[in-house]
Amino acid sequence: MSDIIAARDEQEVAEAARTALGAGKTLEVRGHGSQQALGRPSQTDLTLDLSALSGVTLYEPEELVLSARAGTPRADIEEMVAARGQMLAFEPMDTGPLLGGTAGRGTIGGMFAVNLAGPRRISHGAVRDHALGIKAVSGRGEPFKSGGRVVKNVTGYDLPRLMAGAFGTLCIATEITLKVLPRPLMEETVIARVASPAEAAAALSAAMGSSCEVSGAAFLPEGVAGRLPGLSGSPALVALRMEGVPPSVSARRAMLLKVLAGIGRAEVLETETSRPLWQAVRDVIPFAGAGERAVWRLSTQPKAGPELAATLAADLGGEAYCDWAGGLIWLCLPGEASHADDVRAALAPFGGHATLIRASAAERARTAVFQPLDGALAALTKRVKESFDPGLVLNPGRMHAGM
Amino acid sequence: MTGTTPGLRLPEADARVLARREEIIAALRAIVPGEGVIAHEREMRPYESDGLTAYRQLPLVVVLPSTTEQVAAVLKYCHDNEIRVVPRGSGTSLSGGSLPLQDAVLLGLGKFNRVLDIDTANRACVVQPGVTNLGISKAVDHLGFYYAPDPSSQIACSIGGNVGENSGGVHCLKYGLTTNNVLGVEMVLITGEIVRFGGKHLDAGGLDLLSVIIGSEGLLGVVTEVTVRLLKKPDTARAVLVGFPTSEDAGECVARIIGGGIIPAAIEMMDRDAIAAAEAFVNVGYPLDVEALLIVELDGPEAECAHLLEEVTRIAEGCNSVTLRVSTSEAERLGFWAGRKAAFPAVGRLSPDYLCMDGTIPRRQLPYVLSRMRELSVQYGLRVANVFHAGDGNLHPLILYDANAPGELEAAENFGADILRLCVEVGGVLTGEHGVGVEKRDLMPTMFNEVDLAQQLRLKCAFDDKSLLNPGKVFPTLHRCAEMGRMHVSGGALPFPDLPRF
Repeated sequence: MSDIIAARDEQEVAEAARTALGAGKTLEVRGHGSQQALGRPSQTDLTLDLSALSGVTLYEPEELVLSARAGTPRADIEEMVAARGQMLAFEPMDTGPLLGGTAGRGTIGGMFAVNLAGPRRISHGAVRDHALGIKAVSGRGEPFKSGGRVVKNVTGYDLPRLMAGAFGTLCIATEITLKVLPRPLMEETVIARVASPAEAAAALSAAMGSSCEVSGAAFLPEGVAGRLPGLSGSPALVALRMEGVPPSVSARRAMLLKVLAGIGRAEVLETETSRPLWQAVRDVIPFAGAGERAVWRLSTQPKAGPELAATLAADLGGEAYCDWAGGLIWLCLPGEASHADDVRAALAPFGGHATLIRASAAERARTAVFQPLDGALAALTKRVKESFDPGLVLNPGRMHAGM
Repeated sequence: MTGTTPGLRLPEADARVLARREEIIAALRAIVPGEGVIAHEREMRPYESDGLTAYRQLPLVVVLPSTTEQVAAVLKYCHDNEIRVVPRGSGTSLSGGSLPLQDAVLLGLGKFNRVLDIDTANRACVVQPGVTNLGISKAVDHLGFYYAPDPSSQIACSIGGNVGENSGGVHCLKYGLTTNNVLGVEMVLITGEIVRFGGKHLDAGGLDLLSVIIGSEGLLGVVTEVTVRLLKKPDTARAVLVGFPTSEDAGECVARIIGGGIIPAAIEMMDRDAIAAAEAFVNVGYPLDVEALLIVELDGPEAECAHLLEEVTRIAEGCNSVTLRVSTSEAERLGFWAGRKAAFPAVGRLSPDYLCMDGTIPRRQLPYVLSRMRELSVQYGLRVANVFHAGDGNLHPLILYDANAPGELEAAENFGADILRLCVEVGGVLTGEHGVGVEKRDLMPTMFNEVDLAQQLRLKCAFDDKSLLNPGKVFPTLHRCAEMGRMHVSGGALPFPDLPRF
């Protein structure tokens, strides 16, 4: 157990980083600790607790912008914007259920650090697409800022987006400014039976290539579908969500049913059934609480996703489903072994990356949790890390060994 | 080989490089044979300037490679020999992003003009960087798809340049900027190493380096291939043209539309001078007795457009609108846009020269910023017309001046700098979509302090250890990367030391 330093403001964060740098010690950055089991297991000298660095510093609904200190609970922010009819449009994943914790925990800083967007990624982008500005402290212990509070901004390098998904390895974000969007008044989900992964890929592609403005598109094989709310006992199917104002959603539903006419029998889920379904898809509920079973998250070209998911599941004796119109595969293996080489070899022909999201600490220690980097990219990544954190103080080794 | 860069300080030319010019040309000809190396002064003339025509400078030599391998060999040669490189796409930068340097190789990507792969099943398209922005949409038009970002120079500007500048356009309120629509790039580092970032998949498996490459203004590497996201063309697009007695009313209308949960495809605003200039130029029936004009465009299924148009109309009427026309045909909608799209040339007719500024502000600050701009206009004795991407707060004041009148260019530049300082003062930024380039370089300290800029420079050094790529752009002072480990930019060395920093 490492020593814990609690920081309440930017100054204290900077002091902690400077102290660690000066003493040659390493620092793990933590909010609620709800995502500690994500990434490579880290053994740091000190833990920097940001849970007290909390509070919304700016929320202007008409300007579609909010700023919050890193330790602000994500659930509080989602509740606050929902009260004004708005949302974090990237639908951040709640990693609690999948990692064996409780739902509803986590901070805005943690959400930002992992960049795990939900089903709406395909239409509205990821956390990185909504990151407008940051205040942060570098591994030198220097507070700096980048970006701003407006959407259109090309003044200097876009550091806020780089920080999203960097797992706290470049700097310690102390305040994050995000774009928010209006929450759709209603949604509907069309579900259609599919006979094979290939048919699922064709259906997803047809829907995404139509004018239906689909904001959630999943392939749910038999077995997985049965463990999602509202779909109990279902055969393999594709689920397609449309959101918006009522006249638009009903027009697009009619259009989509025509697009899917040649495929399987389709039915429509209304808002109250649709919302819990997509939340469960987002949070990987079918694979939640499964003890030591390893779970992978693969991002690849959408067309290849359904068949790759089926192949991986069959070859490794696990289960898999697709979100992001096929482009995101959640793969749950039967045991603790991650079979990293097999997973990445199967992915390679289609391009993309595979991340080991859930595994025992021992398995994560001996496996490349993040997609291994080759030659020039590995060297560049290391130089970028060192440009922010030359002493390798911040979350060292969390993403890649030695950086 | 002199240039004209009034009031602009460019990095001092490296005499050793200038002395070796013939040798460098010969080495480049060995890499890029035939007409790919342009060294004659007369033939280099077309490259001496970009869209920021106030500044001119002939390069050391122009190189136009046609393969990634040639780009890699050119960059490796320049890296080994410590020769500076300025990358260039179509040369439409409005901030001088591709302004040549006397001692630098100008690396033009114009020969990279092929569409490589149209993949509608993955909603992606792979193109070479010299393909124009509009060229992508045209290549996929017959399939019912398009590429969403639409900078006004889209007929000429290249996708590689768009990546460099993170270009926007009138529709980015709903569809995002270049950064939200580019999935991957192939890039050559200054060392000649070829690296791929992203692809047809979403998000990064490690650090999201693509996000800093986009908008890096040619300072981090040379992009040789781009994978963009394609979107299905919307079924319908309709627009409404609304006139207001005050800019406050127009601003309030925009706030209520967005606050009411509607994200239109575009919301554009013009002030009285811009309206008058545009109407005189294209004659599309803009009202001339209003202070502010909004064009609000809705797109999507017909039922959605009809529904939202009713909502927008109701909101506009609640904000004291005095004229309101809803487009009833595609011709009428395009007519509404014709005036807005012609605003720059229209204003150009009023004056021998104009300077197009580009700041972003929080939207609600608009009335205040407009009134301060009117005061500055009086103070400098120069007229200003305003077009404004009102949905996202991106302001384009056009400052009218005559370059042949002594002192007017300088006054216009000072007026422009004051406007950008004002944008920062009210919580906005120096540039929304045109880039920093050389134009806003010396204003960077109004937005960023020494530590902020040092951090950005260190990132630059991670990509370009000898600071050879596009030096003199974006950052107010040049630094050797070796200094950066201990660097503290001395406050006195920065321009505008009197400005507040935060």
